[in-house]
Amino acid sequence: MLYFASFFLGKLNRHAIPTDMVTLGAAVSIVLGLIFGAILITYFHKWKYLWKEWLTSVDHKKIGIMYIIVAVLMLIRGGVDALMLRGQQATSVGVHHGYLSSSTFAQVFSAHGTIMIFFAAMGLMFGIINLVLPLQIGSRDVAFPFMNLTSFWLFVAGMVLVNVSLGIGDFSAAGWLAYPPLSELRYSPTVGVDYWIWSLEIAGIGSLLSGVNFFTTILKTRAPGMSLTKMPMFAWSVLCTTSLIIFAFPILTVTLTLLYLDRTMGMHFFTAAAGGNMMMYVNLIWAWGHPEVYILILPAFGIFSEIVATFSHKRLFGYRTMVGALVSITVLSFTVWLHHFFTMGAGADVNGFFGIMTMVIAIPTGVKIFNWLFTMYKGRIKFSQSMLWFFGFVGLFTVGGVAGVILAMPPADFQLHNSLFLVAHFHTMIVGGVLFGYFAGLSYWFPKIFGYKLNEKLGRISFYLWFSGFLLAFVPLYILGLLGATRRIDHYSASLGWQPLFIIAGLGVLVIASGVFMMIIQHLVSFINRDKLKDKTGDPWNGKTLEWSVSSPAPFYNFASIPVVHSRDFYWDIKNIIKHEPKEITDVLMPKNSNHAPIIGFISILFGFSMVWHIWWLSLVSLLLIIIVIFNRFNDENPNYLLRAEEIIEIEQSHLRLKES
Amino acid sequence: MKHKNKKYLIIFLIFLLLVVFYYYLSTLNFEVLNPKGTIALQEKHLIYIAVGLSLFVVIPVYVLLISFAYKYRASNKNADYKPNWDKNGLLETIWWVIPSILIAILGYFTWTYSHTLDPFKPISSGDPSNNLKIEVISLDWRWLFIYPNQKIATINYFKMPVNTNVSFYITSDAPMNSFWIPQLAGQIYSMPGMNTELHLSSFQVGVYRGLSANLSGVGFSSMNFNADVVTTSEFNNWVSQIKSLNATNLTYQEFQKIAKPTVDSKILNFSKADPSIYAKLIDSYMSPVEKNNTNQSPIQNMVM
Repeated sequence: MLYFASFFLGKLNRHAIPTDMVTLGAAVSIVLGLIFGAILITYFHKWKYLWKEWLTSVDHKKIGIMYIIVAVLMLIRGGVDALMLRGQQATSVGVHHGYLSSSTFAQVFSAHGTIMIFFAAMGLMFGIINLVLPLQIGSRDVAFPFMNLTSFWLFVAGMVLVNVSLGIGDFSAAGWLAYPPLSELRYSPTVGVDYWIWSLEIAGIGSLLSGVNFFTTILKTRAPGMSLTKMPMFAWSVLCTTSLIIFAFPILTVTLTLLYLDRTMGMHFFTAAAGGNMMMYVNLIWAWGHPEVYILILPAFGIFSEIVATFSHKRLFGYRTMVGALVSITVLSFTVWLHHFFTMGAGADVNGFFGIMTMVIAIPTGVKIFNWLFTMYKGRIKFSQSMLWFFGFVGLFTVGGVAGVILAMPPADFQLHNSLFLVAHFHTMIVGGVLFGYFAGLSYWFPKIFGYKLNEKLGRISFYLWFSGFLLAFVPLYILGLLGATRRIDHYSASLGWQPLFIIAGLGVLVIASGVFMMIIQHLVSFINRDKLKDKTGDPWNGKTLEWSVSSPAPFYNFASIPVVHSRDFYWDIKNIIKHEPKEITDVLMPKNSNHAPIIGFISILFGFSMVWHIWWLSLVSLLLIIIVIFNRFNDENPNYLLRAEEIIEIEQSHLRLKES
Repeated sequence: MKHKNKKYLIIFLIFLLLVVFYYYLSTLNFEVLNPKGTIALQEKHLIYIAVGLSLFVVIPVYVLLISFAYKYRASNKNADYKPNWDKNGLLETIWWVIPSILIAILGYFTWTYSHTLDPFKPISSGDPSNNLKIEVISLDWRWLFIYPNQKIATINYFKMPVNTNVSFYITSDAPMNSFWIPQLAGQIYSMPGMNTELHLSSFQVGVYRGLSANLSGVGFSSMNFNADVVTTSEFNNWVSQIKSLNATNLTYQEFQKIAKPTVDSKILNFSKADPSIYAKLIDSYMSPVEKNNTNQSPIQNMVM
């Protein structure tokens, strides 16, 4: 009897349901939310629409929107985690021990980091790249549309696994990078770390495929005439980011696999004993992890380059040095990983080398900032909401950069590593740099995707809430770091006098939360007023790049006829200098929607789940099923359909009529 | 008029809040910036050097950002407008070269300080025969300090004489931890099966907070200890006092008992300690037998 249960269910049994109220409450509310959503969809008879128009769509713009929806949900989930963490730290002082147990607290901060990086930031990034990139380089779609949808579904599968861990089993309590030996079976015997491993394995493969996809898209499908040096800066940033993805993500996949083998097969890659080397893990994970932060920030740099030029109504200053700076950052980002563990005792020569390399990255970054500032010089700057995010970015990123330079000096790092100063530093870079960049980009490209602009006033209020909330939440952390407070503590002595700072930091998170709330209000209000905010021209900001040359929202085929590019700011030049005759509109071969991708995503969830719980028969079956689905897709002889020229002409003419009205 | 008064009131209130905040901060101990050890003192200097040099970039960035944003705002029609001005070799060279010079200077400090403040490097000043040696073992979730020459041991606190070079040899019988006494010296990881070192010296008598700075499981937040810096005579008295205690003898077998997972910040003394424990522990991680039993987790039968 027991034998059969363990064969069919692996390690899964009734003890997998969490007993502590906080986790259980979270799991129940997610389930209720899903049921509520399902009831709404059923009530409005939207299942078929959802499946045909969205979940199986290979249109990069729709995939982008789906990425962003998932990422925003995860941003909220990660934000709730942050609120819980600060709530614990604000109350767990001296004789009081807060409302979370140590193990729940550790799961929450591990989930916060994992979710924010992999599912919020990466999701927003792939979302924006999907929305914009093909339009910007004059392409009809990405190089491999089906693979693009598959990447998205693998991303979803990883996201689902992280959230399933709330209700079945537990999540990793070993931090977002799960250093061994803490993450080894000896110290983390539950399935938590396995959930962490498999959600990242699956999402990571999705990211790698996306990297390959966009890299190829840029190199192979640019509009005729658009040489690399005529390519917009955002596209350059994506080229650099995707090349980092291609190099870095395989390291992550292998490292996680080795950790899983340690945990499951009794191997000793990273165990404390029997010849394992935990320091190797720390090196490997950061050889992925450091490029990862540049993977996130480079597209934000690209977005700012577009926005500053557009809203200063000028050409981007120093295009060549901008490209040079991007490429140097790309190369250098692989030479600095050791600065994450100067305190592991590598010796003065090694530490000194990596410290200096880290500082060297500050040079190209500084160059970019000065180029943006001089793009504003002698311009006509419009203080739109996108531009406000840019100002906030420069203000915060510069300070965060200084903190980074301090941390780059090994002896100074000995005093600040693992402290809240470090936490404040990387949140300055990732919130003030990455998130502000993505928010700027979302408000900038929103009309291109949805056909109407976002309400400006509410956008500004949201920015001010985010900015002041950020200062409230993270200035206390810089101070706490200098006081000697470490990260990840769930309790501290009252005599230290830290409590007011933790309370201020917690209030800051609440202010940020109100900023998120204001963004939701902004979208609702803009949706209600969408007729008034309608972008009839397709070019609401007087843009320079190709995406603004098509109607808003962009038609599903992107370009009626592919433009032939002659200059860098081609669309600006068309409007001002060059005469441009569009080519004749012809029939177009378009990719068909695919049921295969969401099915692969669904089976991947089963596969990941079975690997977590050691349900080996299910692992085998699901792996086989994935292979069968892929073969089935390969045998599809007509993955494309022909879009008639007449149909395109009709859509284009209706757009022209709208423009003239 | 009323509107103006309100504005002044708000400014006054913000000012008041800042004064209160400043007063509050002045009551706190900024451990990283308030060093009582020679190593921590130099590390503080390095932090100040980095901040000072960075200001050469930060201030221009802020000045340019604010002045450009103000002067070239769209509503200011008097300002120059040159939409096609998009490159200038001289300017671009300036902001490649000047930051490079700054980084070269910072790089010089990084390199020299990395060597002078290498945690593995013994402090060269003073008489080496006076040096004190302490072996540190991070346990789940306590700190064990063994004095191999004095043959005594303590848990969750240690004493050291002022103005004396102290050499810490650090390992772990638990997941990775980080040994950190912010007012005396920066941190270094403690790792099972591995030996790291930290050499420091304190110039002022006092009790300094020590802690683990790296996540090591559920008892991590309470892995605090006191570093008690006393005069040399007080230290010698303390050692003989501990030796005369009728406390437990710390043998390797006894060590294996106390190494079991325990969340307890109580201090303990051992009047006799086997000086070979440290080496035996590191060796045990090299052998494929003893620590290899990955299927049995110590967490499951933990004493809380």
